[in-house]
Amino acid sequence: MQYHLNFNFIWRYSEKLWSGLLLSIELALVSILIGCLIGFALAVAYNGGGRLTRWLVAAYVEFIRNVPLLLLVYLVFYGIPSAGGFAYGATESFVVTLSLYAGAHLVEVFRAGLDAVPKGVVDAGKAIGLTPWQRLAHVRFPVMLRIVLPALSNTFISLFKDTSLASVIAVPELTYGANWIKTNTFRAVEVWIVTAPMYLITGWAILAALRGLERALIPRRRA
Amino acid sequence: MAEALVSIRNLKKSFGRTRVLDGVDIDVGKGEAVVLIGASGSGKTTLLRCVNALERYDDGSIRVDGVEVGFRGEGAERRPRGERELSAIRADIGMVFQLFNLFPHLNARENVMLGLQKVRGLTKAEARERADHWLAQVGLADRAENYPSELSGGQQQRVGIARAVAMEPKLLLLDEITSALDPELVGEVLAVVRRLAADGMTMIVVTHEMIFARDVGTRVVFMDGGVKVEEGAPRDLLVNPRSERLKAFLSRLEMH
Ligand SMILES: Nc1ncnc2c1ncn2[C@@H]1O[C@H](COP(=O)(O)OP(=O)(O)O)[C@@H](O)[C@H]1O
Ligand SMILES: [Mg+2]
Repeated sequence: MQYHLNFNFIWRYSEKLWSGLLLSIELALVSILIGCLIGFALAVAYNGGGRLTRWLVAAYVEFIRNVPLLLLVYLVFYGIPSAGGFAYGATESFVVTLSLYAGAHLVEVFRAGLDAVPKGVVDAGKAIGLTPWQRLAHVRFPVMLRIVLPALSNTFISLFKDTSLASVIAVPELTYGANWIKTNTFRAVEVWIVTAPMYLITGWAILAALRGLERALIPRRRA
Repeated sequence: MAEALVSIRNLKKSFGRTRVLDGVDIDVGKGEAVVLIGASGSGKTTLLRCVNALERYDDGSIRVDGVEVGFRGEGAERRPRGERELSAIRADIGMVFQLFNLFPHLNARENVMLGLQKVRGLTKAEARERADHWLAQVGLADRAENYPSELSGGQQQRVGIARAVAMEPKLLLLDEITSALDPELVGEVLAVVRRLAADGMTMIVVTHEMIFARDVGTRVVFMDGGVKVEEGAPRDLLVNPRSERLKAFLSRLEMH
């Protein structure tokens, strides 16, 4: 028996894929942004903090990194509202989950980046009289950013792909849209043939954007 | 000697159980250039870093323009200063580092401007004008927009000097500022320092360049094992060392 590929129906439902892709990108952007804030704040707290701070940050990172993301998605969506006696939408719930997840991974990246800022450069900031916050804002952060930027691409692309897990709690992102078309047309192969490149190409676009940022931020080397 | 700008008394500092400074006394008068010499590991860098509070000292005192650097209060009330006070004290003490330590994400002009804007409170335009003035003074007027990675070692070090002196510090600390440079680049950097000394900048200079020490130094201090062994006028001390340790140190230098 032979399977005949037929893409006609996809065009009829393509709107589901486009709106899904848009939502996936939005989920990724918002979660990455919040995750960066969490990650940087905790990295600074960890590197400058006492034993208790270090322990708390380490506990958060270990917990998030050692629990499957899928389980976290369920936990935040079903577990926390039922324990806390309140409700929120699936989309908000997923953003919270992915932000916490992103934060835990980015703490590690930023912490290593802050450690890699040459001590002498920070000393130079002290020597001209910068206060600790000024050193963070004008020396440690910008130097760190240039160190971690290459490593961030991988993390950001993974996070973008991880938005597909939102489909399990019916957030209408790209994978959910694809699933919906599949269920309604029984054309599984065609749907995935179309959807996979949408992830791939968006991933490349993220990569290209970060490469552009790197080129803009990192000065040329002396020949 | 002129009125003392810096007075260091019985300075002691340990790293863990290693005593690195073991009771050092040094005075530096206004407009003086005191040259510190001594073998590697004798505590010269640590001494300079204590003077601008990059290291905390354990005992003794360092006064710059009458103000104790690392501590506030006297006797039983004596407490280490907090970061905020230390920042204010450091702003008036310039330092130039052996490995330049320029801010890699800023170009030459921005390296000089940062402290002027954030610490001295100059506007961007004022900071830019003063930065360009000092870059011109160190012969880098045409390199203002270059990043450190685009500059030679000698050029980077001259930016380092411009960054320090643009803050108009009371005191300038120079820690072996030419020892990471290729020999042909040493001269351009030392020429800048000679000019600053001639203009009356007070400084403490750690160096292995003995000719420079003789020409620029108003006084030479020889350190060994965390103590001051000998002190005197350059032409006297470097020609007629009294202690065996200084004799040995100078003869080792000559062999290189
Ligand atoms: N941060 C530090 N931690 C531990 N030991 C140090 C530190 N800095 C310097 N030392 C030690 O202190 C001694 C004096 O070092 P330093 O002041 O750099 O000497 P110098 O500049 O004269 O070569 C050396 O034995 C060095 O290993
Ligand atoms: Mg040294």
